[in-house]
Amino acid sequence: MKILLIDDSRTMRNIQKKVLSAMDNVEISEAADGLEALAAVGEQGPFDLMLVDWNMPNMDGFTFVTKIRENDKTTPMIMVTTEAEKSRVLEALKAGVNNYAVKPFTPDALLEKIRQTLEKAGAGG
Amino acid sequence: MPETQGNKVNPKLIVPFVKSAQDVFSTMAATKVTVGKPTIKKDPMPSYDISGIVGFSGEVVGSIVVSFHEQTSVKLVEAFAGEALEYGSNDFIDALGELCNMVAGAAKKDFGLDASISIPSVITGANHRVARMSDAPCLVIPCTTAAGEFAMEISVKQVSPAV
Ligand SMILES: [Mg+2]
Repeated sequence: MKILLIDDSRTMRNIQKKVLSAMDNVEISEAADGLEALAAVGEQGPFDLMLVDWNMPNMDGFTFVTKIRENDKTTPMIMVTTEAEKSRVLEALKAGVNNYAVKPFTPDALLEKIRQTLEKAGAGG
Repeated sequence: MPETQGNKVNPKLIVPFVKSAQDVFSTMAATKVTVGKPTIKKDPMPSYDISGIVGFSGEVVGSIVVSFHEQTSVKLVEAFAGEALEYGSNDFIDALGELCNMVAGAAKKDFGLDASISIPSVITGANHRVARMSDAPCLVIPCTTAAGEFAMEISVKQVSPAV
């Protein structure tokens, strides 16, 4: 399973990598902002899952999600962010994320969101 | 709550930071945070050696500066990152910035207002100065942990939403 981790904090990406190490057969790529992530999708995609931070320099995660969904309706994406207002969650879902995880998170909570998301995506098609 | 120069400190914008700091450090760094009595601060010098800064915009303007003793920051960053990082290195600054990002973001959700946060920045060095982003009073909340002390310096105010 190919996963793209998108977060401007390398520490946060490392923490998410540790969480993902609980899963079998994952191959992880990383990007530090939306622009890098678009490049990664072009060069290394398609991915089976993308974890997307919201607040990043150059291109934020919300813009990235919107751009991806212009022609890719299916790749599962989870927003992983400190943005926690209901209005933000709804905005992100409307833009096309499949699930939403709020920072701070426990490893179990993030893993559960990932499992839910992959299960639903698998069941859906 | 303290008051200064006719500018009232708005508890609705302060209390969320106490909760968010406790949430962030307990969830991400297995560290309990105890807060002390807040004071109003006038001089622009941060309290300690290294500071993370996040700005607010939208219906709330201003900033939070989270200022740490060097030794406190070293221990908290290690607990967060899961490994010891060299004080002042890029990775160290990244980790401290992300902690402050989470403190600001988790507080923002409890404002009940439409606000945005900036990308965090981190400043180090003795007597570093931080330009505050509004004329709101600066409230300092001292925080104690098993790793040592840090302070949240909160200077935020609500601005009327555009009609
Ligand atoms: Mg970020």
